[in-house]
Amino acid sequence: MAEHVPVVEVNDVSKRFIIRKEKSLKERLVNAGRSKQFKEDFWALKNVSLEIGSGQTIGLIGPNGSGKSTLLKTIGGIIQPTTGTIRRRGRLAALLELGAGFHQDLTGRENVYLNASILGLSRKQTDLYFDDIVEFSGIKDFIDTQVKFYSSGMYVRLAFAVAVHVDPDLLLVDEVLAVGDEAFQRKCLDKIRSFQREGRTIVLVTHSLGQITEFCDRAVLLNKGEVLFDGVPHEAVRDFRDVLEERRQGEAEAHNATHEEKVPVNDGRIVSTTVHAAGRAEGDPVHPGDDLIVRVTYEHPTGLPDWIAAIQIDNVQGVPVYGTASPRMKLDLGTLRAPTTVEFVLRDVQFGTGKYFINSTLMNRERAHVHDVPQAVSFDVPYYDLAVGIVHAQPEIRVVGA
Amino acid sequence: MTGLQESPLQRANRLSTEPWQQAGGRSSGVTGTIASVREIWEQRRLLRLLTGRELKSRYKDSAGGFLWSLAKPLTQLFIYYLVIGQFLGAARGIENFAIYIFAGLTIYTLFSEIVGAGTGSIIANAGLVKKVYLPREIFPLAAVGSALFNFAVQFVILIIASIVVGTLSFGPQLLFGLGALVLILIWGTAVGVLLAALNVYLRDIQYLVEVVLLLLMWASPILYSWQQAAAILPQWLLEIYVNSPITLAVLGFQEAFWSEASNGVPLPHLAIRMLIAGAVGLVALFAAQRVFSRLQGDFAQEL
Repeated sequence: MAEHVPVVEVNDVSKRFIIRKEKSLKERLVNAGRSKQFKEDFWALKNVSLEIGSGQTIGLIGPNGSGKSTLLKTIGGIIQPTTGTIRRRGRLAALLELGAGFHQDLTGRENVYLNASILGLSRKQTDLYFDDIVEFSGIKDFIDTQVKFYSSGMYVRLAFAVAVHVDPDLLLVDEVLAVGDEAFQRKCLDKIRSFQREGRTIVLVTHSLGQITEFCDRAVLLNKGEVLFDGVPHEAVRDFRDVLEERRQGEAEAHNATHEEKVPVNDGRIVSTTVHAAGRAEGDPVHPGDDLIVRVTYEHPTGLPDWIAAIQIDNVQGVPVYGTASPRMKLDLGTLRAPTTVEFVLRDVQFGTGKYFINSTLMNRERAHVHDVPQAVSFDVPYYDLAVGIVHAQPEIRVVGA
Repeated sequence: MTGLQESPLQRANRLSTEPWQQAGGRSSGVTGTIASVREIWEQRRLLRLLTGRELKSRYKDSAGGFLWSLAKPLTQLFIYYLVIGQFLGAARGIENFAIYIFAGLTIYTLFSEIVGAGTGSIIANAGLVKKVYLPREIFPLAAVGSALFNFAVQFVILIIASIVVGTLSFGPQLLFGLGALVLILIWGTAVGVLLAALNVYLRDIQYLVEVVLLLLMWASPILYSWQQAAAILPQWLLEIYVNSPITLAVLGFQEAFWSEASNGVPLPHLAIRMLIAGAVGLVALFAAQRVFSRLQGDFAQEL
């Protein structure tokens, strides 16, 4: 690229939503004098500034309600900002909801023309791309059927096929890549890659952090309407996990505050769970090859014979990646009464980049769960630029014959 | 338009020369209206497709197809002719009563369909409004388009009927028909555009509109003659009555397709009145578009 050509400029944009609690004429008249009580301000975006250059692929991430979709919609011109300005150039296509312009009673063919027109394609261009579109969607046999008879998968395939054929300079994508079967998803992602090669600009909102680090060359982290971080994707993803963790802990505390008394007193409980790597402090990142040390303290007021201690490690998507328990080691722990600390040492762990959570469980001899502490504690594995995934292994790649 | 073979460098170079656009925003005043009109003009093909979609989907799965769009006006014609004209005796003072009613009904139905469908148009297309940026005036305008189609069908029947009955003759009075059509298009669009925007914020409007449209039909000389109203209404009310754009359009249509052969008494200065109503209508249309433009920024979040 000759030089940096900006295609979108977001300049100090704020967006206020007014949440009204009544809608009908009667309610409004009755409450006219007290309308303040029935309104609530909510700032979905606060002083957001952003410049997006041509050919960039930008991921917008953030927890639910952080303003990602609102920002995308203001860039698309669908929502107008309360203050600030947004300008952009080039042809825009927005994939905010697949098949938004589809009409149930029209056939697939008619809908392709209608949808393409909504996205800014002329009839002649649609004629030109029509075969490609049908080919890409893979539903040739049903193209002259009314779309109301389509399965949801067929619907989405056709909509995506139209959207990627409109030759946009700027493509806005909101969480729509998670549809269709795996083969079709692969096709969509391949299409996005070819868009990148063609120098198109892509702004992507997604909850799949894997997609962010895989596709984007820049990520913007939003929280409560503000830009927290703008830069390299894996750093944004790491910050994002911290935000989620803070929020989770906040919720857990609030939950505990209200539910504390409900835990039966004569049942056993997990007092604490800690994790650290051998030779490192608690909270430090865990490197591949470290020995992971998990200490869990249990107690039982009346005595629990033949009790079982168990831990499980989940990744951020909640997928279990590791688990072990005392009976697996043929370990007899006796009777639990006074606070007892058990140490799990996991030798030579090889976790891939990301955040992991430890679930801690106390069971009786029938393996009934006496006390569970989900996501009791977490640890991070630092970014590894040679590979992705939940398993760490050092790669070597060489040509072994032509 | 660019090809798919464009290299990243070419694309960047082209983009660096393209002008900036304000995302979704439009300026205010006359320039804003001009910008909107240009935007809509660029989307005229889509406007046609949306109109076609309305029409196609409406009668898609029915065997009778669009013939059903004739069922309502013809039934109305039959009922009014029989009950109002014959039973209640309104036909006694009016020759060729069936043509008289149908002329008025045809032009009034156009207005009522534009306003009725226009009011609900933004909400009916909520899916599009929320997800894609388009000049939103397109939706009430598509309602105008599909109303015009139904009007055309009824109009053909009106012409055939008036030839058969013998009330149609070629002459300058036909210009009144054209004037009436233009008048209704201006006012119908203005009201439709305005109410479409207001209805997003206050859903009661769509129910109110149904009632008011019913009222307006009786507030114009469709089923009786304007002299009958003139005999009873006080002077100030009569002025409002005869100068309402709907009354003027109905009278214009009757003038064109009925009066000549039926000894109709024309309203004095009908042509001048229609011109003035048209001019006022253009101002109203401009104002309606400004209001629409102001309100449309928050459509996506209100739906």
